[in-house]
Amino acid sequence: MAAFTSSISQRPPYLSIALVSLCSLAYEILLMRLFSIIQWHHFAYMIISLALLGYGISGTVVGIAQRHVLAKFRLVYFSCLFLFGLSSIVCFLVAQSIPFNAEEIFWDSWQAIYLLLIFLLLALPFFFAATAICVTFLRYPELVSRIYAVDLFGAGAGSLVVILLLYVVFPLPALVIISLLGMLAAFISCFELNLINKKWLLSGISLTMIVIALMPIFSTLNISPYKSLNKILTINGTKIITQLSSPLGLISVVASDTVPFRHVPGLSFHANQEPLNQLAVFTDADNMTVITEKPDRLDQLAYLDQTSSAFPYHLRSLSKVLIIGAGGGTDILQANYHKIPAIDAVELNPQLIELVDHHFKKYTGELYQQKNITLHQGDARDFLTRTKQHYDLIQLALIDAFNASTSGLYALNESYLYTIEAFQLYLQHLKKDGYLAITRWIKIPPRDTLKIFVTAIDALKQSGIHSPGQQLLLIRSWQTSTIIIKNGVFNAEEINQARLFCEQRSFDIVYAPGGFSSETNQYNQLNQPVFYSATQSLLSEKRASFLEHYKFNLIPATDDRPYFHQFFKWSTLAEMLQLRHKGGISLLESGYIIFIVTLAIATLSSVILILAPFGFFRTQTAKNNRKIKRVTVIFYFLAIGLAFLFIEIAFLQKFILFLHHPIYSVAATLTAFLVFAGIGSYWSGSLAKLHLRQKTLKVSVLAIVLISLSYLLLLPHLFDFLTSVPIAIKILLTILLIAPLAFFMGMPLPLAIASLSQHEQSLIPWAWGINGCASVISTVLATLLAIHLGFTIVIILAIFLYISILFVFPDVQITKN
Amino acid sequence: MLKAIKVGFFVNFLIFLFNFSVVFADDFAMQRQLLVKQIESEVKATSLYLDKEALDPKVMQVIASVHRHLFVPEHQRSYAYENRPLPIGYGQTISQPYIVAIMTDLLKINKQSKVLELGTGSGYQAAILSQLVDQVFSIEIVEQLGKKAKERLARLGYDNVQVKIGDGYYGWEEHAPFDAIIVTAAASHIPPPLIKQLKEGGNMIIPVGTAFMTQQLLLINKQQDGKIVSKQILPVRFVPVTGKH
Repeated sequence: MAAFTSSISQRPPYLSIALVSLCSLAYEILLMRLFSIIQWHHFAYMIISLALLGYGISGTVVGIAQRHVLAKFRLVYFSCLFLFGLSSIVCFLVAQSIPFNAEEIFWDSWQAIYLLLIFLLLALPFFFAATAICVTFLRYPELVSRIYAVDLFGAGAGSLVVILLLYVVFPLPALVIISLLGMLAAFISCFELNLINKKWLLSGISLTMIVIALMPIFSTLNISPYKSLNKILTINGTKIITQLSSPLGLISVVASDTVPFRHVPGLSFHANQEPLNQLAVFTDADNMTVITEKPDRLDQLAYLDQTSSAFPYHLRSLSKVLIIGAGGGTDILQANYHKIPAIDAVELNPQLIELVDHHFKKYTGELYQQKNITLHQGDARDFLTRTKQHYDLIQLALIDAFNASTSGLYALNESYLYTIEAFQLYLQHLKKDGYLAITRWIKIPPRDTLKIFVTAIDALKQSGIHSPGQQLLLIRSWQTSTIIIKNGVFNAEEINQARLFCEQRSFDIVYAPGGFSSETNQYNQLNQPVFYSATQSLLSEKRASFLEHYKFNLIPATDDRPYFHQFFKWSTLAEMLQLRHKGGISLLESGYIIFIVTLAIATLSSVILILAPFGFFRTQTAKNNRKIKRVTVIFYFLAIGLAFLFIEIAFLQKFILFLHHPIYSVAATLTAFLVFAGIGSYWSGSLAKLHLRQKTLKVSVLAIVLISLSYLLLLPHLFDFLTSVPIAIKILLTILLIAPLAFFMGMPLPLAIASLSQHEQSLIPWAWGINGCASVISTVLATLLAIHLGFTIVIILAIFLYISILFVFPDVQITKN
Repeated sequence: MLKAIKVGFFVNFLIFLFNFSVVFADDFAMQRQLLVKQIESEVKATSLYLDKEALDPKVMQVIASVHRHLFVPEHQRSYAYENRPLPIGYGQTISQPYIVAIMTDLLKINKQSKVLELGTGSGYQAAILSQLVDQVFSIEIVEQLGKKAKERLARLGYDNVQVKIGDGYYGWEEHAPFDAIIVTAAASHIPPPLIKQLKEGGNMIIPVGTAFMTQQLLLINKQQDGKIVSKQILPVRFVPVTGKH
C-alpha cells in the first residue's frame, strides 16, 4: 500500500469527518423518505432503525481488530469514506430490488429473510461512516472531544441540508448528491491524511463519482406494486402528469383518459349522480385524495351531499365554516354546494395548495381564490391559537387513506389533531351552538369512531360540561362515521333533521341524545349493535370497565401521548395471532407489532454486539492490567446513548406543539441539539485535560437535570404565552432554549472516552459501539414509552439515566485494581 | 441397437414424466381436500357470525374441484392450496380460499342464477361461480390480467363465463339484472349503477381491506321493496369485548 506510507498528520481529518457525519445523518433521513415511498412508513422506520445498528457493529469490529486498524489507520479511514460514498447509493439500489412485500409478511416466511437482507445491506453505509469516526477516536485519543464535536456539527448540518435538499430535488437525485458528498469526503481525506499517490486515488474517486452521478439514468424508484399509485397505473390510460417533492412527501398527480377516478368515500347507496372528473393525488405513492374539476353548475356537486360528512350542513343554516385539511378541495366543494358564505380552510402541505392554485388552476377554476374562501397554509392548531375567529362549523376532514388506516399502519404516527387538548381548542372556536364535525373510516370491530367519541366526552368534561351526552351526535354509513360535537345541547329539531338525513341515505344513527336504540343498526347491520352499546357504555358509569375489557385501546390521545392511531392491546395479541389464518389477519394492528419486533431485534443484536468483544478483552487483560470495570463501561455508554435520544426525541415532539410544523420542528430541534452538543463536547475537552472529568460530569448532569425539569414545568406556559409570535422568532427561541440543554448533553461521552484513552484505550471502540447500539434501541424505546406513558415520562426516565451515570463513570478510581 | 436404447430411454423418460405429473396431480388433489377440511373447521368456529354451522355443501364441493394451482403464477403453485392469498401480478392477489368460500356462500346463488363479477383477477372466483350458476359475467379493468384470465378460463373449459375488459362502474347493462354481484376490485364507494342492476332480493358481496388482508365482508341485500340493507360481516370469530364486561 504505497499510497499510505507517508508520515501521518498530527491533526485529525476534521473536514472529512464533518462531511461524512453530515452525509450519514442526511442519508438516514433520506432513507426514511425513500422507503416511505417504495414501501410503507412503518417498514421504513423498522428498516432504518435496524440499519443504524451499523454503528454498533463498527464498534465491535474495530474493538476486535484495533491493532490492525491502528497500524493501517489511513488505509482504513480512507477506505471507509470511499466505501460509505459508494455503498450509500449501491446498497439502496440493490435493497430496493429485493422482492420484499410488506403486505405478505404475515403469510410468507421468505419476506422476513428479504427484510433481513435489506437491513444488512443498509447497515453497510452506516458501518463505514461509524468506523471512520471510531478509528479516528482510536488514532487521536487525546482529541476525542474535538473529533466528537466535529462529528456532531456535521450531523447537525446534515439534518438541515437534507431537509433543504428535499425541497429542491427528488429523493433519488438527493441520494446521488449525498453519495457524491460522501465521495468528496474521501477526496478531501487524501489531502488531510497527506496520502502519497494522490493522483491515482483522486482519479479513482473522480471516476467513481461520474458513475454515481449517472446512476439515476439507469434506475428509478422501485415502488411496491401494492401501493395504490402503482395499482392505479396498471389501468390503461392513466399516467403521472405532475410530481412534486418536499420533506413532507412525494406528491404524484395522476390523470386518467379512460376511466374516471370517482373517488367519493362513504357515498350513499342511493346516490344517483356520477362524481365530477377528478385528478388523483398520491402522497408517497399512497394516501389517495383528489382534485375535482370545476363544476359548471352547483348541482353537479350534489353527490357530495350523499356522504356522512355532509351531515352538519343539514342540522341548521350555517354561515361560517372552518375546514381542517383542505387537501385537494373536496370538503370546500361540499361547503360550496351548501352555499356557505364564508369558508376558512387550513392545509399543512404547501405543495397541495400549489397544485390546486397554480398547476391546475384552470382545472379547479382557482378554487382557493374564490371570494368566499380564505386559505391558510400551516398547521390547524397553530391557525386556531392565533385566530380570534369563531365558527358555526369546524370540519375535520378524512385526511388519511382507508387501507393504511384500517390496517393499523399509522400506530406510530403522532397526530396532534385528535388529542383531548386539540378538541378543546376546536370547541373554544365554535360559536354558540356551533358544531365540530369529525369524519373517520369505519373499522370492524369499531376503533377510530369510538376513540373519537370518548375523546369528545373527555374534552367536553374538561371544558366544564357535566352532561357531554347531550352535546354529541354520531352517525355512520358502511364506510365512514361522522361525529358532531355541539357547543350547546342538541334540540329536538336537530335530532329530527339527523333522523331525516340518515333515512334518506341509508345511514344509521349510532348515538343521539335521548336514545335511538331501534335506529342504530337498521341500514348497515352488524351482527351485534356494537357501536350503539359501546357509546352507551362510554357515557355511563360502566366506562372504565368497558375501556378495560374492550379488546382495542380506546384511551384518548393527549398532547403528551399523541398516538390516536394506536389501538393495540397486549392482552389480545395471543387471540389475534391464533386467528391469523382464520380470517382474522386484519385484527392485528400491524404497525405496533412491527415496531415491537424492531425493538426486539435491535435489543438482541445489541446484546450480541456488546458481548461479542468480551473474549478479545479477556486476552487483552492477560497482557495489560485491567484498570476499568467492563460493567461500568457498558452501563455508562448505554445510559448516555439512551438518555441523549430520549431527551432529543421527547423535546422534538414538545416543540412540534410550539412550532406547529413537523418540518420546522425537526430542522430546528435536531440541528440545535447536535450543534450545541458539539460545542459542549468541544468545551469539555479542555476540562478533561485538567483532570476535572468527574467534576465536569457532575456539573453537566446537574445542569441537564435542572434544565429538563424546569422545561417540563415551564415550557407549556411559555408556549402559551408566546403563541402569537412570528415563526422566525419561534424558531430562534427554540434554538435558544435547546442550546443550554444540548451543550451539557454533549459532555458525558467525550469525558468518559477521554478517561478510557488515558487508562485503557483499547476500550474506546467498544464504548463507541455500545453508544451506537443504545442510540438504536433508544429511538424505538422512546416511542414505545411515549405511546404508553407519555413524553413527560420519557424525559423523567432520561433524567434518572443521566443521574445514574455519576455512579458508573469509567475511571480508574472505581476499579478494584 | 443404439437407436433402440435411445428410443427406450426416451419412452422411459416420458413414463417418468407422466408418473411425476400424476404424483403431482394426486398431491394437489390431496391438498385440495385438506384445504376444504380446514375451511370447514374454520367456518364452524366462525358460525356465530355467519349465522350457520357450515357453508353450502355445493360451494365446498366446487372449492374441492376447482384447480386453484392453475390460477396462480407458476412459481406460486406449491402454495396454491395453502389457505392464504397469493400474488398474481399487477398489484393484485388471488383471495384466501376461506374468504372465497364464505363470499360465494353469502351470495345465495343457484343453478339458474346470473352473476356479475367486478375484478376478474386470475379468474379463480369466476371459475368457482361458473360451477354453481348458469352464467357468469366478469369485468376486469387491468387489460393484461383480463386477457390472461379470459384465455385461461376458456382453456380450462369454463364456457359459461364471459370476461370483458373495461370499466366496471356501469356494470354490464345488456345482461342486467343480476341475481348476485361480487365486487373484488377496490372502489371508494359502491357504484350506484351496480345497485340498480341487482335484482330485487339479490345479494352483492364486497371484500373490504387490502390485497392481503380482508378486514370485513360487506353484504348488500336489495330487498323486495327496493330498500337497500348492508350487513358488515367479520369473517372471523372475534368478540370485541372480553366476557368480564
